[in-house]
Amino acid sequence: MKKVKIEGLEGSFAVAEAVRMANADVIAAYPITPQTHIVERLSEMVADGELDAEFICVESEHSAMSACVGASAAGARVFTCTAGQGLELMHEVLYIPSSMRLPVVAVIANRALSAPLSVWCDHSDVMAIRDIGWIQMFAENNQQAFDLTLCAYRVAEDKEVLFPAMVHLDGFYLSHVIEDMVLPDEEEVAGFIPEYEHPFVLDPDRPVSMGCYGPPFIYPETKKAQEVAFANTRPKIVETWKEFGDTFGRYYSPVEKYKMEDARIAMLTMGSCGETAMLAVDEMREEGEDVGLIRLRLWRPFPFKEFREAVKDVELLVVLDRAISFGMGGPVCSEVKSALYDQRKKPYIVGFIGGLGGRDIPIEGFKYMVSRALEKVKAIERGEEIEAEMIGIRE
Amino acid sequence: MEKEEAELFVPRLVTTEENFASGHRACIGCGEALAVRHVCKALGKNVIIVNATGCIEIISSLLPQTSWCVPWIHTLFENVAAVVSGIESAYKARVRKGKITPAKEVKFVGFAGDGGTSDIGIQALSGAMERGHNFLYCCFDNEAYMNTGIQRSSSTPYGAWTTTAPVGKKSIGQMTWKKNMPEIAVAHKIPYVATACPSYPFDLMDKVKRGVEIEGPAYVHILSPCPTGWRCQPNLSIEIGRLAVETGVFPLYEVINGEYRLSIDLPELKPVKEYMKKQGRFRHLTEDVIEKIQARVEAEYLELKEKAGVK
Ligand SMILES: Cc1ncc(C[n+]2csc(CCOP(=O)(O)OP(=O)(O)O)c2C)c(N)n1
Ligand code: SF4
Ligand SMILES: [Mg+2]
Repeated sequence: MKKVKIEGLEGSFAVAEAVRMANADVIAAYPITPQTHIVERLSEMVADGELDAEFICVESEHSAMSACVGASAAGARVFTCTAGQGLELMHEVLYIPSSMRLPVVAVIANRALSAPLSVWCDHSDVMAIRDIGWIQMFAENNQQAFDLTLCAYRVAEDKEVLFPAMVHLDGFYLSHVIEDMVLPDEEEVAGFIPEYEHPFVLDPDRPVSMGCYGPPFIYPETKKAQEVAFANTRPKIVETWKEFGDTFGRYYSPVEKYKMEDARIAMLTMGSCGETAMLAVDEMREEGEDVGLIRLRLWRPFPFKEFREAVKDVELLVVLDRAISFGMGGPVCSEVKSALYDQRKKPYIVGFIGGLGGRDIPIEGFKYMVSRALEKVKAIERGEEIEAEMIGIRE
Repeated sequence: MEKEEAELFVPRLVTTEENFASGHRACIGCGEALAVRHVCKALGKNVIIVNATGCIEIISSLLPQTSWCVPWIHTLFENVAAVVSGIESAYKARVRKGKITPAKEVKFVGFAGDGGTSDIGIQALSGAMERGHNFLYCCFDNEAYMNTGIQRSSSTPYGAWTTTAPVGKKSIGQMTWKKNMPEIAVAHKIPYVATACPSYPFDLMDKVKRGVEIEGPAYVHILSPCPTGWRCQPNLSIEIGRLAVETGVFPLYEVINGEYRLSIDLPELKPVKEYMKKQGRFRHLTEDVIEKIQARVEAEYLELKEKAGVK
């Protein structure tokens, strides 16, 4: 008998629940808003014996990720979570598990970066760690935060993958909001994430040297090997999501489409605002605009194929960035443009920056972006230069 | 040299097993590599070593070769104690959950230089000691950032020349006193703290063995003469290490559960000058500076004796 439950859970608790069901061995984390509820809930679970794990209450995020690296190198299933400043403090360490092929799993409650201090959501923290070589997925609601955390373990630990994986959930929008969600049967979860054994661990019976020194005659080969192996995780991620869907009934894909069948205009979002954007699409559709929505579920490795396929018949692509690359515009927009640059047929691409530091983007915000984008297309056609516009700013 | 009759051939007292293999790339006369060799002999096979960035990591792990015959991991410069925490916790959890059943108890050991310990790695180390992980931490103190070219650290002694504490019209070199890292470890009230030096190999090995056997965090601070950085003859490393001890510049002691014990009681200290004159890094020092150093060394040695209850 499957024991499926429906429960109202905060995004943070949903993540903690996934980690518990995944039966993690070692958790090392440091509190930071808006991630705190995840560590608090996991601490409780360990204290109550609901989860048999070592909880290392480290003195910094740098140490949190370092401890995860050590634990993973010793063969443990590990977990950490952080946000904003914490993710930046971890930055140096993030490259280690991806280069040493350690399947660390981390959840990030996305947060803006100082200064001024802001504990609220945007994607500045994520954009600063784009190139770390981790699998990175974006959740849009609490169910996805739960599901994707399970998928992160499954795919990261796959012997043909062995890369760390990160799930992004928007701080407060998901971490602190209670939503009804389906909690699957625990045994079924255990079946989906079987016990794993890393082929090379720190073990006195089979000594290995890890993290050696790579001079120029060998360093580039190690990076080539890493990039090839990382690119090869794409089909594995898709396969994992398919299996997840077949087991639990919820399907995910690298690029998720909403009302895109006949869409002339597409919006592109990542994270929780995809839900508001869908409502905006519904309204615009009623108003007669052929708008659809693309949500990037998979951020790294970038899903080139699926993305190009999704926009192939679109005339205008409107990209929302919740971060700024100072002096460059929106980072997602830049990437999307580069992903399409060598396509023979490509849409106009107009980028907007919004939702910084927790500023809400209401339905009107999305409608505004579409109408402004149409005006900007005319400007482009007139040969004018356009720049990424920041929306919702009081002048 | 006259032929001497030896009652005991000392090297036979030590295992011939080398877990830190020869052929590494350390400079001639490197006291740090020698210390690592002794430590590894004391540790044996059932150990996992975490190494910070620094000379030891660089000289021992140039791809595709390795000097390590025991499991060894290097990740970054400042996080050794945190990585050890993770490994120790992984073993704890996995043994408890029945996922692994090691035949023998595995020991967890961190290696770092003085920079990796008393400067950039002090936070991670303090955290790991405070949390009480069961591990041994060895600081190989060659009194500067040698790997990057002899820059000063907080462990560089007063008056020493380094490339970032150069001697000049307005500088005598290092203008600050050496940070007392063993005392910082003691302040964490961990069960075992010791100082050691490869010039006293048996003492060093004993301390390493005691450190790993004790349940909880253990810290061993090893003065490691570095001919390259100390500007001395490579054949003098051992002698200079001895002089550091005999002059009181680097006293050998243990602190077991808070109790101080001098490893060698020196009724009389040799003048620090004897130690300093063999090293180019102190060559520029004037008599009055040396006197100042002498006075400080004596005072600190007295303080230590008092703690150890030695008259
Ligand atoms: C975060 C960071 N900062 C700086 C460095 C450069 N660096 C590498 S080793 C080293 C000095 C090592 O000194 P120490 O810990 O005393 O070890 P030694 O080489 O003297 O044995 C420095 C500054 C680095 N690798 N990482
Ligand atoms: S610089 Fe000093 S510590 Fe480093 S390898 Fe050479 S002698 Fe040894
Ligand atoms: Mg040093």
